[in-house]
Amino acid sequence: MKMTSQQRRGGFWREGEPFVWVSGAALAAVLLMAALLVIVVMANGVAVFWPARQTVFELRQGPAVMGVVQQESRDPKTGARRVQVKIANRDLYGLDFRWLDAPDIRATRQPADAVVLERREYGNVHGFLRTLDLGAGARPATWAEFQAALRRARLDRQPMDRVQRDLSTLGGQMEKVRLSLAKLRYHGRRDDDPAVVALHARQAEIKAEFALQVAAFDRLAIEIRRRTVGMADAGGREIITPLIDVIRANQPNRMGVPAKTWFYAGKLWELFFGEPRESNTEGGLFPAIVGTVMMVFIMSIFSFPLGVVTGVYLREYARDGWLVRLVRIAVNNLAGVPSIVYGIFGLGFFVYGVGGALDQLFFPERLPTPTLGTGGILWASLTLALLTVPVVIVATEEALGAIPKGVRDGSLALGATKLQTLTRVLLPMASPGIMTGFILAMARAAGEVAPLMITGVVKLAPALPLDGQYPFIHLERKFMHLGFHIYDIGFQSPNVEAAKPMVFVTTLLLVLIVLLMSAAAIHLRNTMKRRYTLGSF
Amino acid sequence: MEHPAICTIAEPVIAMSNLRLFYGPAEALHGITMGVPRQRVTALIGPSGCGKSTLLRCVNRMNDLIDGVRVVGSLSLDQTEINDPALDVIELRRRIGMVFQKSNPFPKSVYENVVYGLRIAGVNQREVLDEAVEKSLAGAGLWNEVKDRLHESALGLSGGQMQRLCIARAIAVQPEVLLMDEPCSALDPRSTARIEELIVELRRDFTIIIVTHNMQQAGRVSDFTAFLYEGNLVEYGPTRGIFTKPVCKQTEDYITGRFG
Ligand SMILES: Nc1ncnc2c1ncn2[C@@H]1O[C@H](COP(=O)(O)OP(=O)(O)OP(=O)(O)O)[C@@H](O)[C@H]1O
Ligand SMILES: [Mg+2]
Repeated sequence: MKMTSQQRRGGFWREGEPFVWVSGAALAAVLLMAALLVIVVMANGVAVFWPARQTVFELRQGPAVMGVVQQESRDPKTGARRVQVKIANRDLYGLDFRWLDAPDIRATRQPADAVVLERREYGNVHGFLRTLDLGAGARPATWAEFQAALRRARLDRQPMDRVQRDLSTLGGQMEKVRLSLAKLRYHGRRDDDPAVVALHARQAEIKAEFALQVAAFDRLAIEIRRRTVGMADAGGREIITPLIDVIRANQPNRMGVPAKTWFYAGKLWELFFGEPRESNTEGGLFPAIVGTVMMVFIMSIFSFPLGVVTGVYLREYARDGWLVRLVRIAVNNLAGVPSIVYGIFGLGFFVYGVGGALDQLFFPERLPTPTLGTGGILWASLTLALLTVPVVIVATEEALGAIPKGVRDGSLALGATKLQTLTRVLLPMASPGIMTGFILAMARAAGEVAPLMITGVVKLAPALPLDGQYPFIHLERKFMHLGFHIYDIGFQSPNVEAAKPMVFVTTLLLVLIVLLMSAAAIHLRNTMKRRYTLGSF
Repeated sequence: MEHPAICTIAEPVIAMSNLRLFYGPAEALHGITMGVPRQRVTALIGPSGCGKSTLLRCVNRMNDLIDGVRVVGSLSLDQTEINDPALDVIELRRRIGMVFQKSNPFPKSVYENVVYGLRIAGVNQREVLDEAVEKSLAGAGLWNEVKDRLHESALGLSGGQMQRLCIARAIAVQPEVLLMDEPCSALDPRSTARIEELIVELRRDFTIIIVTHNMQQAGRVSDFTAFLYEGNLVEYGPTRGIFTKPVCKQTEDYITGRFG
């Protein structure tokens, strides 16, 4: 009898039942964590732009406030129930959020005519529409009148935008002239040199034009800023806002699902294609999206060919000796070096070393202001290329090593050279494996922040690294990046609470972009796999 | 070095004279002297590890790919010295085709597999390639089975079909000599029979050297048989003679299955 139970126990352990359970549980835990991550980000990010109902809280003491309930909890000291309300009107209250203790609340209601204004500055206004001033004194206004006035103001703003564009073009010309002058001076031309005189004349010309345009702008601005809308907060205090500072105005308590969906779509559009506002906590992420994608792209241009060629050399050409083994160990370890170390290297080598040397060579007249000797998208991409290249090398080597010897011999025995064998048979067969490595490299590069912070990422880049100005791609420019954006708005902004939704939205977007780029690469890999390995299993 | 058990071939295509091969310090072939007759099938037999594959790979210099291999002695193809370091190996391998034990089609279409040798030699005219494909596949007895799926992946063929595709691929470049290293060892009896028939037919156009462990097969397809033992050529002569009246005791023992 004892024998059988021992046998059974022995069988249990021998057949590896516990290991199956342990590995199953480990897998489940990993999946659960991944799912949790996605769910947390989604739950916090997806609903940010959905217009929430406005509630007026009548308080036992002090004026009433209006806002959106963010969360409910208990006071850690008294244990009383309390709610956190986003009250906005930062210019009135100083704070966007306020905790209200449940016993202090006398009554709540959700008035249909509650209005939310999104402003260019100072965040939102929560209140009620009172008056409209179109330059001839304030008078009571209806919602429809307000909407019409808003549309007019936006149309009348267009000349201002034109002037602004002209001003920035003039600024660019001015900078060019300044650099030309600096160059001439560097080459020893004196003030009476005809070229210098001509440039000075041009400078004066631009300056005059500039002054003219500024005056025009001011005239337009003064005129248009005279048109204002007067709102009253829940306590009756007045808030005056120039119409052109209003980005959106709506009455959330009156909006049905279609209107809310339209609003949501508009916000998403702004998110993808708009410029950031209010030190990045509002507005769009367009520059950061462009920066991230472009950085990954440039990184790939360097790291993919370099990694594949190195991998091919190590596996196919290098004679197996202690040197090659050493190189291989070094490459494998390189993949594990902390990314900030790469950042420091990139700063020292690319930015100060290469960039500084190029400055000495090509732009000595601009020194000490660096042109290439400062962080930029090229240096950041090169740094990341260095960081990801080991992954590509290892993947290439493994993929080539996994090809059966017979295929290689078959090609060589037909009179193919080594290069022909490589390009016609081996690389196509290795391509799915190489792509896998490349996908890993890309995903890593897209999410990496630390090395970028010291090689070219900025909080707010004045211009995109890709635009309509010759030569269209400006590799020396600083750029914005979603990963850094998250860090910046989440932990560096003055108004962390107000920035929280944006943190989740940006995170969601970063995850989506990484996913999208990986999905594209995975699709490519599967196509290759179908093409080159059908029926080999 | 005359030997009663080793016959001399008049006007051989491939002539080996005292061919020795070292894998690093270990000597795998101890001085082989034999001639391979033109447009005949020569079988190499012998126990595992005796050096059959090694000898075969000497002929198209595939041993070059292995680190530390050293070849001494003479080996010539139509009076050209194969072991000459200045010889164009690429050209040599175009003249000497090889079929491996394990079929090794490329992960490309049937068509591209067959024309691979031509393409790398720089042939790209559609008509030439089309003609070569039909001729080689027909020559390998595969045309009727694959003519409707020329542009599908070769990896979808059966094992026997793949091996015949490899033969078609080898003969597409019109080599003079065809080396076959146990071409049927991974195949079922029917596929084996087809390839044996094929070998007998190919003999009209090519000189064939085939390594086999199957005595019946050697008897059926070959005109001459060489018996190798531990890196030495023990006996070499017309197949009928070797199988009916072997000179050496070792050969007789091996053929009758008493050892090996
Ligand atoms: N790459 C190599 N490096 C070192 N020794 C080798 C190598 N290839 C073969 N040998 C040795 O050379 C000898 C002959 O090997 P070979 O492969 O030619 O035998 P074979 O007759 O083809 O055997 P089998 O019938 O099993 O294929 C064997 O002792 C083997 O161990
Ligand atoms: Mg062998």
